[in-house]
Amino acid sequence: MHELSLMEDLVTTIEQKVERGRVAAVHLEIGRLSAVVPDALRFCFEVCAQGTRLEGAELCVREVPGRARCRACGAEQEIDLLPPPCACGSIELQVIAGRELRLEGVEVI
Amino acid sequence: MCAICGCGAAGHHHEDEGHVHGQGEGPVHVHAHGGEAGHLRDHVHAVEAEHDPGHAHGGEAGHAPVHVQGDEPGHVHGYARGLAAGARMLRIEQELLARNDRLAARNRGWLEARGIVALNLVGAPGTGKTSLLEETARRLAGAVEISVLEGDQETDADARRIRAAGCRALQINTGAGCHLDAAMIEGALARLFPARGSILFVENVGNLVCPALFDLGEAAKVVVLSVTEGDDKPLKYPHVFRAADVFVLNKTDLLPHVHFDVEACMTNARRMNPDLQIFRTSARTGEGMDVWCGWLAGLVEGRREVTMEGAR
Repeated sequence: MHELSLMEDLVTTIEQKVERGRVAAVHLEIGRLSAVVPDALRFCFEVCAQGTRLEGAELCVREVPGRARCRACGAEQEIDLLPPPCACGSIELQVIAGRELRLEGVEVI
Repeated sequence: MCAICGCGAAGHHHEDEGHVHGQGEGPVHVHAHGGEAGHLRDHVHAVEAEHDPGHAHGGEAGHAPVHVQGDEPGHVHGYARGLAAGARMLRIEQELLARNDRLAARNRGWLEARGIVALNLVGAPGTGKTSLLEETARRLAGAVEISVLEGDQETDADARRIRAAGCRALQINTGAGCHLDAAMIEGALARLFPARGSILFVENVGNLVCPALFDLGEAAKVVVLSVTEGDDKPLKYPHVFRAADVFVLNKTDLLPHVHFDVEACMTNARRMNPDLQIFRTSARTGEGMDVWCGWLAGLVEGRREVTMEGAR
């Protein structure tokens, strides 16, 4: 449950940054290769937000697809967690996107 | 993209109290949004039961970025899904791991300034991490000083084993926690105070999942897998293999007794991470330990030289 640690930190961070008002929504950018499960984030967020100014806020997750570049031929492709070999046959794929774990912003009322 | 929830339905239709997504021939995607400021809490993704769990929101194209347009610095309006009524957007832009990464950078600086090589060992429970450290300590005794931070949910059994092998060790019990984080290491470094020019092993909580995400300030992350766990593990636990710098395949003495295809395992590991440096060891018979210990000694030498240069 590493999602719980992330959400504890997130709630603390936002409480520090938002000086007044209530938080209605939190926007995150989560890469599909990031080892974080959006549904688990939502569950943990709800738990961590209880009793804070974030209680009841919606967690909006924008997922970023994985992307890799082939070391052999340089071709780029969208990848999932278990990428197939490149069209050139190489299995040496360098991940260039999809590991994002980022707080973009919050909606404050 | 659905402007309210940001999900990726191709064609969609909105009403005040709810909206419906049609996805060609696919399952109909129905949301019900309440009308008030906090309405977004109430929305229901009726489609989830019909899709694979990981793909509940439709096709790849559906996850295109939501573009944010700011009309004054710091406050951004016009989020594609529509703001909650009366709300303003406060843009923050911060890594979720920012606090951990900041502390990890501080640990890394502290360690590097003292010429200490820190290695973060991750692997499943029972993969032989402690045995590997015991044997490493015996072999490097007199040549390189070694100390160990032992992470476990409970007991100080591992720290006692390491001390019996002649090293200083500190146990960190995480209780319910499934991984070590940089703050735990910062506190432990102040207590253990590893010697200059030494190796510090951090034996993470036995877990192939959570420790992948948390930088502790180590010089390298080492994933340990034993041959009894199966050659498909790099594919089943891709995150930790992607995050690691080094892969140690342990318990190779058991290869004659188990169905384990070493070459397939190596191919799987490289498929996840082409940069992995790979070692094969048996802490019990000593097979491969010379190569492993030689590499470790080289790391310390390299770090000592760098530190001396810095001191000049």
